[in-house]
Amino acid sequence: MKNLSFSLALLFLLCACNSSDKKTDKNSLAINYVNQDFSEGKEIYNDFCAQCHMPNGKGMPKVIPPLAKSDFLINNREESIKVIKYGLSGEITVNGEHYNSVMEAQGLSNEEIANVMNYITNSWGNKNTSLITEEEVSKVER
Amino acid sequence: MRAQKSIYFLLLLFAFSACAQDKNPINQNNSYEVVVEDLTNPWGFVFLPDNSMLITEKEGKLIHYKNKVKKEIKGLPEIYVRGQGGLLDINIHPNYNENGWIYFSYASPKGEGKGGNTAIMRAKIKNNALVEKELLYKAEPNTTKGQHFGSRIVFDNEGYLYFSVGERGNRDENPQDLKRDGGKIYRLNDDGSIPNDNPFVDSKGAKKAICSYGHRNPQGMELHPDTQEIWTHEHGPKGGDEINIIRKGKNYGWPVITYGKNYSGTSITNETKKEGMEEPLHYWNPSIAPSGMSFISSNKYGDWKGSLLVGSLKFSYLDRCELKDGKVIKEERLLDGIGRVRSIEQGPDGYIYVGVENLGIVKLIRH
Repeated sequence: MKNLSFSLALLFLLCACNSSDKKTDKNSLAINYVNQDFSEGKEIYNDFCAQCHMPNGKGMPKVIPPLAKSDFLINNREESIKVIKYGLSGEITVNGEHYNSVMEAQGLSNEEIANVMNYITNSWGNKNTSLITEEEVSKVER
Repeated sequence: MRAQKSIYFLLLLFAFSACAQDKNPINQNNSYEVVVEDLTNPWGFVFLPDNSMLITEKEGKLIHYKNKVKKEIKGLPEIYVRGQGGLLDINIHPNYNENGWIYFSYASPKGEGKGGNTAIMRAKIKNNALVEKELLYKAEPNTTKGQHFGSRIVFDNEGYLYFSVGERGNRDENPQDLKRDGGKIYRLNDDGSIPNDNPFVDSKGAKKAICSYGHRNPQGMELHPDTQEIWTHEHGPKGGDEINIIRKGKNYGWPVITYGKNYSGTSITNETKKEGMEEPLHYWNPSIAPSGMSFISSNKYGDWKGSLLVGSLKFSYLDRCELKDGKVIKEERLLDGIGRVRSIEQGPDGYIYVGVENLGIVKLIRH
């Protein structure tokens, strides 16, 4: 209970801080993270990704690499955005396993890509507090 | 207590992993020869009378493959490439030799509203470009949902054109409502007009092109070589993929009856049968994610003649379904592990050709 009031107070402080100062900084990202339920990203995931990567993010053995605790996803932020934005074919190694399948670009908007990246990097044991923005996605080139 | 828990957990895990694969035995006495190399997603293909091929790439490319050379056909309509949508199936008119019509399906953004929906177009090819383009059908409304475009195209022996449109991720509104597109098999004359013996031509407000309804996402359709019936398969939810024989005016039940569950594992319905609804001829649990369909009617494969072939996207194999009295009595895996099988055709030479994602089109060889 104490903890909760403390976080609420902190949150309030940070929000107050943010509204008086429009600069984007680490604090505003942190607030962003705390307030997120990633529901928009989850909806995109269920529509576009879950059929292959599975609702639990585990993929399919030998064919579809996992997203849950995936070293590729965790260590290659820009590359992962690129895969969603432009697609991927050819070999890829994820958690020591080789895959040679194809993922096509899904035709998602930059905002949708940011949302789904934030969902998958914060689900099934993955954690990423430095959230991806639409702007960041827009800068990723082929 | 803790040990007990872990054992329970391990058992559960085992049960789940066991469930993940189907039990169809692997037949290793077959292999393949790559015929068309370097394709990303050969969603559909068709042989022309000169033995060349027209191949669709889902990303929106139409390829003419002749004498080992790929030529891109230009002049395609605007294609909505999103999720499962893109350039989809392709077929030719039964009298292609005389009239040159090709038919193809694609996700189209045409019309009002954001997003897209399945469209059927016919056109001819001149100088490697589409000409005389005619939009025969465009499902409505547009939606930004990424799923379930359906799209297989088949002609029956009377020259009627059949095609599928999936329920576009809107199972609660589309499949059971005859006033709405989606979750249907359609039947048209070859010029896109509505045959006057279609089952719902006299139903007020109904889409007159509908032949059958209550479907989820049919990505396989083929004319049975002997009975001349239209056979389809469709992606069900988890554990509910189906084979059906399409009969005019019938309701195939989705989402009122199904053997499947939601992808998350939660229940959709407990019912697998209901009066006025057709039960599948066969269903797959676990789902194999079926795409592409062909019967073996040639004599090139010995006693496989009469078998139904279905591609498995999910488990990466070609499923040979042995049929007896119109039922699937046995299944086995051919080309096990080949990749996501998208499309299947029996060529004019009697051999089976299989479109595989990220591989190309291969010829099936029985040893």
